[in-house]
Amino acid sequence: METALPLIFVSIMGLSLLLYVILDGYDLGVGLLLPLADDDEKDVMIASIGPFWDANETWIVMGIGVLLIAFPSAHGIILTELYLPATIMLLGLILRGVAFDFRVKAGSDKKAMWNRIFFIGSLVASMAQGWMLGSYITGLSGSLTNTVFSILIALCLPALYCVLGATWLLIKTEGELFAKAVGWARKSVLPMALGLFFVSIATPMVSKVIAERWFQLPNFIGLLPIPIASAIALVLLAVLLRRDVDSLRTLNPWFLFICPVIVCLMAALGLAYSIFPDIIIGQMTIWEAASHTSALMFTFYGICIALPCIILYTIFIYRVFSGKATALSYD
Amino acid sequence: MEFDPFVLSRIQFALNISFHILFPTITIGLGYFLLFFRIRFTQTQDPHWEFIYAFWVKVFALTFALGVVTGIVMSFQFGTNWPGFMEKVGNIAGPLLGYEVLTAFFLEASFLGIMLFGKSRVSNRLHLIATSIVTLGTTLSAFWILSLNSWMQTPTGFTYENGIMIAESWSAVIFNPSFPYRFAHMMVASLITASFLVAGVSAWRVLKGVDGPATMKVLRVAIIAAAVLTPTQVLLGDLHGLNTLKYQPAKIAAMEAVWETEKGAALTLFGFPDEEARTTHGAIKIPKLGSLILTHEWDGEIKGLNDFDGKHPPVAPVFWAFRVMVGLGMLMLLVSWACCWQFWRKGSINRFSQRVLFTMTFSGWVAVLAGWYVTEIGRQPWMVTGLVTTAEVVADHSSGILITTLSAYFAMYAFLLYSYIRAIFYMSSKPAQSLQRMHNYGIPGKHPEDRAYSPINSK
Ligand code: HDD
Ligand code: HEM
Ligand code: HEM
Repeated sequence: METALPLIFVSIMGLSLLLYVILDGYDLGVGLLLPLADDDEKDVMIASIGPFWDANETWIVMGIGVLLIAFPSAHGIILTELYLPATIMLLGLILRGVAFDFRVKAGSDKKAMWNRIFFIGSLVASMAQGWMLGSYITGLSGSLTNTVFSILIALCLPALYCVLGATWLLIKTEGELFAKAVGWARKSVLPMALGLFFVSIATPMVSKVIAERWFQLPNFIGLLPIPIASAIALVLLAVLLRRDVDSLRTLNPWFLFICPVIVCLMAALGLAYSIFPDIIIGQMTIWEAASHTSALMFTFYGICIALPCIILYTIFIYRVFSGKATALSYD
Repeated sequence: MEFDPFVLSRIQFALNISFHILFPTITIGLGYFLLFFRIRFTQTQDPHWEFIYAFWVKVFALTFALGVVTGIVMSFQFGTNWPGFMEKVGNIAGPLLGYEVLTAFFLEASFLGIMLFGKSRVSNRLHLIATSIVTLGTTLSAFWILSLNSWMQTPTGFTYENGIMIAESWSAVIFNPSFPYRFAHMMVASLITASFLVAGVSAWRVLKGVDGPATMKVLRVAIIAAAVLTPTQVLLGDLHGLNTLKYQPAKIAAMEAVWETEKGAALTLFGFPDEEARTTHGAIKIPKLGSLILTHEWDGEIKGLNDFDGKHPPVAPVFWAFRVMVGLGMLMLLVSWACCWQFWRKGSINRFSQRVLFTMTFSGWVAVLAGWYVTEIGRQPWMVTGLVTTAEVVADHSSGILITTLSAYFAMYAFLLYSYIRAIFYMSSKPAQSLQRMHNYGIPGKHPEDRAYSPINSK
């Protein structure tokens, strides 16, 4: 158990953070796209994420929570180092989270302001997340190249979120807004693909440790499916999006949404391979950072019971709110 | 000017948690009110209850959103400001926080969607269940986080292995000696805070003539709740104090500004504690009462501050915060009983009482913050009573960075607090019916007719 438990916990943490990126990714993405829509469409866009965003955000609480429970010393070091971007991200998330409610509750003269705050919060939060990811990958040291690398990721992550957001809107909307969402998706695919490409090239350049892990012969071939699968997902998405809007309406929109999800999944696998078995690259392994077995065991029981329940009721909620979002409803 | 990063870190943490606690305090209490309105409507089909629910559920949603986003800040705070805390007691604090995420946060966050937007998509029964689950979730949140906080106050159930602290018995950790008191006192505090919020806003609506009879109805519910809850809270506070005397005598000595150990100690009503001179200036005292209240004996002994070898909390803030809390508690008792009496005699309350209730809309917040300051400042200089001091665990950020982030948080919170209160009164100025029409956003999904439940046409 002593070797297995930290492994289990690191997987749960990874899974939570991956789910966070996908789920909160689409609703942050919708926030990023908000200024492009007209006023009525804005309501529908917000409606499409209304019942979900809160639970989506809980996944980052879970991810950070597992880091804290299972790897307390790493939690301390990482968050102390990431103090500034973490604070900026939090400020962004606060603004965005409250704008949801204030935009309809603070009076119609304030609505435009809160819409703008919603966008700004989403942008700030997603860029700060990119920055955090960047400095984490580079082992939390703030040299110039590393900073440039972090900025690069800070610019790419919003593009990924835009693709997630736009394809989510394809699932949730119809009519004119659907056509607009297709346009947004088309426009954001290329920046996302380019970003991903540069990040993949830059990562082994900034991190020796990662370069060594990838570029050894047998490993390299074994790892090839990861970039290949991402590339296929991306190309598929681009090809599907080139169809005209009316034929896209007849297509199951989940196909389009699943493409960026696959990209996220592959990126996560690649990243996991790059980092493992460290928790802070080149400094600390997961076993060095792990909590005492008694603490892990106690939490593990809880996870075994609670996680399946969480997944079940999450599916239930998505089913209750399945289908297209409608504009303001007066129930 | 040089600022001490240690002090700044503490101020920042205190600012963030003080702001966070405002919103859960309301949602924990308001949840039970909503459940009550919802059940009354199902029973009676009286549209007034439906109005009332429609209005307060909007306040709930707004408050909940603020609670969630400020809570996310909290979950990062331990790492960003107190890295040493998790290193030292992570094996105990971690799992308690983990259980909060697993059992409470997901539950609330997921079912909140159904509660707010699902009315026309699920059956009445399921909607009621979702409302109950959200309410239960907020209570569970409080359960776990207060268990952790109480453990930091009165640690039990742990041992050391190779110099690190681990749990020996989880039930002893969770149900530590001060937990039952703190949990009960906090739950009642939340309910009281919600009662006065509901009463204050409704009184304002009555003054402005919004919604007619429905508003008086909810006002009456809130007043009755407050009249029952405030004496309960005084009783619980008293029991809590006994427990604190047993486990944290230094805190009690600071709360009462008792300098020398004595039997049959007097109760200091007011005064200005002076730590340098080790005396209380201008004290107004009632002989013997201190011992009577704290030990329930005329001649009970209270250990004085001078007998703690300098390891006692700062006296003045604890002393004052305690008086603010208790003073407000007494005022709430008086006001709620006076209003109750009016309701009983005349079936409504007069304009003067309405104005008083309106000014007390947020009095619960002040009492709750004061209470927490007693608890937390009263624990100093310890982070975990008797085991870990606060100074051991602080992160070493530069004071420049801390001042920047602190100012950013501060500005943001001031703006949010202003917007929150403004939004509540903006919504209050509209009749509930128009609020129903101003419904948040559309209900995403299938046709409303599917399994339609609409209270208006359900009969
Ligand atoms: C509406 C809010 C409210 C009201 C009216 C009161 N309290 Fe309180 N009190 C709290 C809200 C609160 C609180 C914020 O909820 C605290 C802080 C921690 C806790 O669990 O409860 C608290 C803590 C607290 C403590 C804890 C000290 C410790 O940590 O050891 C004591 C001894 C009392 N209270 C006593 C009282 C008494 C005698 C009251 C009689 C009027 C009273 N409280 C009214
Ligand atoms: C229940 C969960 C809580 C936990 C786990 C918790 C934990 C902590 C920790 C770790 C500190 C920093 C170390 C210290 O200065 O002692 C602290 C200090 C403090 N907390 Fe809490 N706290 C909780 C609730 C609250 C609430 C609800 C409030 C206020 C409304 C509050 C007010 C304060 C204040 C004012 C300090 C600063 C005390 C000082 O440094 O002098 N706490 N608490
Ligand atoms: C250091 C202490 C604390 C931490 C780390 C913390 C953390 C959090 C987090 C992360 C959330 C958002 C959950 C979500 O995503 O849905 C939250 C919300 C909540 N917290 Fe806290 N919290 C602390 C103190 C407290 C205290 C002292 C209480 C109450 C006694 C409390 C009660 C709640 C409740 C009821 C919610 C649900 C949201 C709401 O009702 O507004 N928390 N907290």
